[in-house]
Parts: sequence; C-alpha cells; structure tokens
Amino acid sequence: MQQVSLLLASLPDGILLGLVYGLAAMGLTLIWGVMNVINLSHGPIIALGMFGTFFLFIRMGINPYIGLFVIAALGLLLGILIYAAAVHRVINAPHLSSLLATFSVNMIIIGLGTAVFTTSPYNVDFNMGSFRLGPITLLGTRLIAALVAILYTGALYLFLYRTRPGKFIRAVANNRDAAELMGVPSTRILALSFGLGTMLAAVSGALIATFFPFSILSGGGYELKSFVIGVLGGLGNPLGALLGGLILGLLEGIIPAFLETSWVPVIEFALFVVILLIRPTGLFGAKR
Amino acid sequence: MSRKLLALTSLFAIVALVLAACGPAATTAAPTTAPTEPPKATAEEPQATAAPTQAPAEPTLVEKTVTIGFTSSLTGAQEVSSKRQVNGFNLWMNQINDAGGLELADGTLVKFAAQTYDDESTKERVQELYTRLITEDNADFLISPYSSGLTAAAAIIAEQNGKVMITVGAAEDDAYKQGYANVFQLYTPGSLYLISTVDMLKQLDPEAKVAIVHENDKFSTSVVSGLKPYLESQGFEIVLEEGYASDTTDFGPVINKLAESGATVLLGGGHYPDGSTFARQLYERKVGLKFISLLVAPADSKFPELGDAALGVSTSSQWELKATHTEEEAAALNIEWYGPSGTDFAAAYEATFGDKPTYHAAGGYAAGLLLQKAMLDAGSADPEKVKAALEAMNIFTFYGGIQFDTTPEAHGLQISHEMVVAQWQKSDAGELVREVIWPADVATADPLYPVPAP
Repeated sequence: MQQVSLLLASLPDGILLGLVYGLAAMGLTLIWGVMNVINLSHGPIIALGMFGTFFLFIRMGINPYIGLFVIAALGLLLGILIYAAAVHRVINAPHLSSLLATFSVNMIIIGLGTAVFTTSPYNVDFNMGSFRLGPITLLGTRLIAALVAILYTGALYLFLYRTRPGKFIRAVANNRDAAELMGVPSTRILALSFGLGTMLAAVSGALIATFFPFSILSGGGYELKSFVIGVLGGLGNPLGALLGGLILGLLEGIIPAFLETSWVPVIEFALFVVILLIRPTGLFGAKR
Repeated sequence: MSRKLLALTSLFAIVALVLAACGPAATTAAPTTAPTEPPKATAEEPQATAAPTQAPAEPTLVEKTVTIGFTSSLTGAQEVSSKRQVNGFNLWMNQINDAGGLELADGTLVKFAAQTYDDESTKERVQELYTRLITEDNADFLISPYSSGLTAAAAIIAEQNGKVMITVGAAEDDAYKQGYANVFQLYTPGSLYLISTVDMLKQLDPEAKVAIVHENDKFSTSVVSGLKPYLESQGFEIVLEEGYASDTTDFGPVINKLAESGATVLLGGGHYPDGSTFARQLYERKVGLKFISLLVAPADSKFPELGDAALGVSTSSQWELKATHTEEEAAALNIEWYGPSGTDFAAAYEATFGDKPTYHAAGGYAAGLLLQKAMLDAGSADPEKVKAALEAMNIFTFYGGIQFDTTPEAHGLQISHEMVVAQWQKSDAGELVREVIWPADVATADPLYPVPAP
C-alpha cells in the first residue's frame, strides 16, 4: 500500500520532468534526423540555456518564462553559428569527422564557460508555488516547464508540416540530393535545422534552471539522457523523443519507489543497451 | 636548404608550444600571488610561539625552500569547498613567508613554496598529479586534495612514495585503517561527524523518527556507518535509510519516500552541489520535517543563496568562528596551545579574501599550522623527524584539538578534534546567519526546533 502511494506521489513528477527531458532530446534527434550528425555540443548548450535564465532573471530581473524568447532566439543564432563554423565543412565527411567537430565545440564551450562562470553551482531562486492533491505534490515550475515543452513540440510540428522552411527541412531529411534538385537551398536549411536543434536544447536548459541548480558541467547528464531518449524514441523522430522522454521520466519516478535511487542510472542505461540490441530503430521508429 | 631548416625549426617550436600548452597548468603560489597583508600580530604569532624551541641566534642561518605539494579542485564538483581550503592554506603560507620564514633549531630558515595543480575533482587526475608532485616537482610534504574520495586516491600515492601527507577536507575513516604510516588526518573522522547532532536531538526530542538520506560516496557513507549504530544506541527509530548518486539533481522521489516514511528528522546529505539542491527541494515540497541536518553544504557561505530554503537547515561543522577554540580552553584541558587566535585568523582571512572563513578555509590554514608546529618540534625540515613530531603531537589551536592515533590499526586517524552543530537562523534584521547551537557551552543561539514550516 505504501508502495502504491509512493508511486502515485512520484509518477506526476516523472511525467513532468520527462517532458522537459524530451524537449532536450528533441534538439539532438532533430539534428541527427536532418543531417546525420550526432551533436556532442548538446550538453554545454543546455548548460548555456541554464545560464541564460540565471542572467536574465537574477541579473536583469526578467521573468524566466519571458526570458525563454530571448534564449530561444540566441540559441537559434548560436546553432547557425556553430553549423557555419564547425559542422558545414564536415557534413559530407564520415561520421567521425562531424563527431569530432561537435566534440571540439563542446570542449570550447565548456572551457570558455569554466573560465567565465567557474564550475561552481548556480541557483535561480525562483518559485511558482506548489499544489497538493492527496499524496501528490506538483511544483509550479515543473508544471509550467512541462507545458512549455508540449507547446514547443506542437510549434515544431506546425513549423515542420505547415511552413515552407519546415517542409524544406523534411525534404532535406528525406533525401538531400533530391531536395537540392528541386531547388531547396540545402545549406541554409541544414543551418536552420542545426539552429533549431540548438534552440530546443537551450530552451530545455532554461526551463531546467527554474527548478534545479546547475553549473557549466551540468549539461553532460542531460546530454546522456538525451541519447537514451533518442534511442528509446528513435533517433531522428522528434515526437518519439518526447515520448521517449516521458518513458524515461516515468522510470525515474517508478524505480525509486521500489529500489534505492542510485539504481536509476543503472536501469536507464541497461535499457539503453537492450533497446539498441533488440530494436535499434527505437520504440517509435527512427528516421530511415 | 635554409628554408627547409627554418620550416623544421618552426615546426619543432610549434609542437613544443602545443605540448607545453597541453600540460597541466602548474601554478606555484609564490608569496606575491595571494595579496595578503596580514595583521602583524597574526604573522608574528607563530614565531612568538616558536621562540622557546628556536636555536640560539646564529648569524649563519641556512635558507631552505620547502615545497608543499597538493592538488585543488579548481573545477568540478568539489570546487566550492576546495577553493576555500586552498585559500586558508595560502593565507598561512604567505603569513609565514612574509614574516621572514620559519627558523628551526638546526639552523635552517625555512621558506615555503606551494606546487599545485587542478585535479578537476577526479580521482584519475589526483593520482596522476600526486605522482607528478612527488617524482617531478620533488615536493617535500603533501597536503591532501579536498574530499574523502580524492584524498583516498592521493593517500595511496603518498604512502607508496613514503611522503608525509596532511589530510584536510577528508573525514572518511577507512583511509587510516589501511596500514598507512605517512598520512595524518586533521578533520574529525566521518564516523563521529554527526555524534554531536544526535546528542543534541536526544535532548530536544528523544522520540524523533529519523531518516538517513545520504550521498553514496566515501565520506557520506563513512558518516552513516558511525551515525546509524549511535542513533540506535540512543534509542532513536530509523524509519528510512537511502543513498543517492553524487550527481542527483531530482530529489523528488527521495523526498516522496521521506514523506511516506513518517520521519520527523532528516540527517544526511553529502557535499555542496547535492546538499544545496536537496535543501531547496525539501523547502519547495513542504515536507514538514522538524529538523534537517545536511553534511557540508550548509557550512558554506554560499548556502544562503537558497533564500528561505536555507532557514533552519543545520550542519555539523569542523569549526565555527562564533565558537572558535581559545587559549583558555586549552589551558583548562592542560594541552599546549599553538598558533593565532580564531579572531586573528578570521580577520586576516577576511582582509585577504573578502569573506568570512568557513571550516574548509580554517582547515586549510590549520593544515599549514600543523606542519609548521611539527617542523618546530622536530627542529628540522627532515621528513622523518617531522613525521615523528606529528606522531607525538598533542596540541590545541583555534581550530581545535589535534592528536593522531599512532596504533598500527588506525595510524594517523584524528582522535582529538571535535565538531559543533551550526544552524541557519534569521537575525533580528531578518538576515540569514549561521549560529552555533551545540554543544550548549559554546552555543550562540538556541536550536530552531522544530524548524519553521515553509
């Protein structure tokens, strides 16, 4: 009985967090889906999003949710810049080249971030209250973050399916050569896709900063989660990423009800390996 | 031909530059690196104390630079506390050097130099760098890195190479039960860390139901290994015992377990990053605990950044300025007093670094002070003689008692130092201040019990 009550208390938390993890993973999976690049600078960009919230809210007094627009715009620009500087030239090279290029960007951001912010933890003292329903406590910040994650997913789908640049992105993802033959400016579309992926990572970081302390190194953990989610949902499948995030969040809610919390990463990564072995395209199908 | 030679030379130069840039950033903390202008009394204190053991004044003192090697966590999870520890140590070293050095009975005038590297809070770097400190930098003595896990890694290297290492910021007991002969612990051992807190609880609320939720690392588990049997011996009911990974950020599931367990008191935590996160989430979720004691994090001056989430959170502290140890205390115990007073140390620290010293900073300073006293007692900077002096040491400083176990079973374990309990409370002006609440004879405020509901 106690276990059931514990489960009830932990599940909503897992769902809310899972949606935010899903948003972060969506950035990674979008980039993979469109250009077959595994973006190893994903983690530090999430961390930069966290620092974005810190500086906009703590230093400039801007509400973190209004600040999201600024962080999204900066994330998009940063992504386009990274694409132009580090990814574009290796986009047709073997995977290892793009892997190393984005890893270098990862090291540059961490190095610069460490010099500027140190690796001390930062904290955004922001509270949106909490709501209690029996054994369930819902934190306002997590609830809003989950809603924002759903909104962003919806907006991304509208963009991809209802707008011309979105359709271009899908075309490039399906067959770049054919898209180019149809007059799609593939370089610009690839840059835009990388920018969007980076934007999603930065926004998820900005949301996470409203409820967890962070440092410039914090993105690493979320990057790993993004890989697990990507594999669960199918790399290259943005909606799969959201569902994969939800599954991961649920696991993080359920496991501690029965085992010590230190078992959570063990089970998560065991699942990662199992999915890779038995269903490498992910539970919801990867981009072909 | 000459163009080829030029190209070849340039290539070598570039490779050499790249290799040099890739190497670990070594910084020798010269006396001028930390801009300290210590109060005269503080700088002179060690010399005044040392006077009886000094050699008769001779015109020909032989100057010797003693290199003290250590790593610090300039980056990574242990950064906050590690930097404070190093600040304390540098303050001590600069004071000694600025005062002209340390005059020993064998006619040596010792000046100190620090050789230090960033260990990035990882054990792999610690082992690599301590080997380098010993074999390449020829460090004469070693100070441990911050945290028990990193210290355990460094202790192996120190012991293998027969180097004396003062461990500070490292409370775990096990490292001193491995048969090591060269490692000396400054902190109260982890297994005794929360004993004072339990004693206080016994008086405040003997019916308290206790939850132990701790980081799964060497230090925190060693604290729990001593805490659990002591709680049981005092008749407390332990309703939950749970470990969490060091990089945990979401404490929601743990807090739900805590709420389900019916616990009224939480004892646990680990280090700064997890402890501050845990405290914040406990506050947000309004768990309604009567008392919260977390390791390490609440002892840092950054902790009030959590705002109201910090209120009522307590910690076991190795040292608090408000309850600093005094010469009178030493006299009452009939133990030799050594070094500056706590207020002098704190004034010098604040003048240098701009903030009040935490116990990590005091520990760093005390590590240097301990080495200084051992050299004076030995009358020499010879490591074997210094080691013998450390083994025979029984002193009292502003930091508290210092004496080491010399039995083969637990050589180097600290047996004299005691903890106090501190708690974040609100001053009359509404500011968060850390008050000492136990032991009663040094308390500066009554315990806030139960802590105010969020």
